[in-house]
Amino acid sequence: MTTQSLETAEALVELRQVSFGFGGRKVLDGVDLFFPRGKITTIMGPSGTGKTTTLRLITGQLRPDAGVVRVAGQEVSALDHAGLFRLRKRMGMMFQSGALFADLDVFENVAFPLRAHTDLPESMIRDVVLMKLEAVGLRGASRLMPAALSAGMARRVALARAVALDPMLMMYDEPFTGQDPITVGRVMKLIRELNDNLGLTSILVSHDVKEIMAISDFVYIISQGRVIGQGSPAQLQRSDSPWIRQFIRGEREGPAAFHYPAPDYVEDLLA
Amino acid sequence: MNPVRRLGRAGLNFFERLGRGHLFLLRVLLNVPGQFLQLRLLATQLYSVGVLSLLIIGVSGLTVGMVLGLQGYYTLVDFGAEESLGQMVALSLVRELGPVLTALLFAGRAGSALTAEIGLMKVTEQLPAMEMMAVDPYRRVVAPRFLAGLISLPLLAAVFSAIGVLGGYFVGVGLLGIDGGAFWSQMQSKVDFYDDIANGVVKSVVFGFVATWIAVFEGYDAVPTTEGVSRATTRTVVHTAFAVLGLDFILTALMFGGI
Repeated sequence: MTTQSLETAEALVELRQVSFGFGGRKVLDGVDLFFPRGKITTIMGPSGTGKTTTLRLITGQLRPDAGVVRVAGQEVSALDHAGLFRLRKRMGMMFQSGALFADLDVFENVAFPLRAHTDLPESMIRDVVLMKLEAVGLRGASRLMPAALSAGMARRVALARAVALDPMLMMYDEPFTGQDPITVGRVMKLIRELNDNLGLTSILVSHDVKEIMAISDFVYIISQGRVIGQGSPAQLQRSDSPWIRQFIRGEREGPAAFHYPAPDYVEDLLA
Repeated sequence: MNPVRRLGRAGLNFFERLGRGHLFLLRVLLNVPGQFLQLRLLATQLYSVGVLSLLIIGVSGLTVGMVLGLQGYYTLVDFGAEESLGQMVALSLVRELGPVLTALLFAGRAGSALTAEIGLMKVTEQLPAMEMMAVDPYRRVVAPRFLAGLISLPLLAAVFSAIGVLGGYFVGVGLLGIDGGAFWSQMQSKVDFYDDIANGVVKSVVFGFVATWIAVFEGYDAVPTTEGVSRATTRTVVHTAFAVLGLDFILTALMFGGI
């Protein structure tokens, strides 16, 4: 799929010519990203290249310095507080750290968005929460406190919480990092199933190449604030761009520098 | 950076932070009335901010009252006025020591805990997660804590003063042999409800407002790192101490005159 065909396929989320910087450092520099409805699209790239920032721009937690971010036809940076909150009720996000509320147990964490935004009776909240927890394999852990969970389990609870309100858009920030191989397989299957069965649109941010290639419909590779490659996993595998090849194969030598800029090594040692 | 520039930058940072603090307060105050619709959250915070501070307030009140009783007795006895001990202990506590010491202890016990809790919620992305779920952290996290502090501190100050008076009674009447009836009657006739007790309550309300505002703001404004939270917690205690002592002088001057 090319960028043009992505634009014509109706995009639920689009970023056009978006730039963003923190204190003089440009994190994103005029990027165009399109996330089509019903698909799993992944943003891949080395650490610190603005992947999580992109998610925060989509959710309106950050506003772009230039360019436009649109979700479901609405310009995110033009929304007021109430409009933004209305939009966010239709989005789910799984944070890198899980971000569970430490003072609530697993059950109450998943019930949190339901209690905040619906008037469902307690019996129905219980059923919904147990169904979501069953899907992530943690129904038995419903009365544990977050401190008693491993990092991987916390992330799965966060996933259950993020889908509690059946959102139209799911965002996953590094969903595979720190998970054991069995859980990685289950989480991948879960992301795919949620996407297809509920008709969601999913955006993943990750640098786990193998998993991304297996699960994504479309992949963007970002480096140093720019999109350096895009395409379906098969297209990227065949790409002869040195940037893309270096990243996908995890090669140390290549156009993307491993070393932070520094003076000459020998001179530095002898200085 | 040269010293003049550094001074300018520090000044700008100070005023920027002051502005942020006031905007923050405005948003918190707008969310305070809604707290009466989520009483469970408020009750939880009243427990952790108020009830859990009772022990340190009670013990401190008792010892301060006992020391006042002891020191007051040795001064008053020289003038044969030891029966005024009740009046002296009660006035010192109700007008000054009750509100001020309670606010300082509150900053150390509850204020620092509020800052650390909110700061750590920021570090562990709980506040962004809440915003992502379209739940306003001001309404869900900050306002209940602010209101709990505002309610708790005047009550804690009252407990401090009451226990302090009992401490003074224990030393003066129990150990040093002052007449119990004189102790209470002197206190009753010389402590005025409006001039002394009401003014003390006003002080403790003002201190409660300022101490809790500083605590929740420092937590919310903390740099989301381990060091950031630790600095914010320290700032809560130090800034509250300065604010309370400074305001105490101003309020005393306004209430009891003389300047």
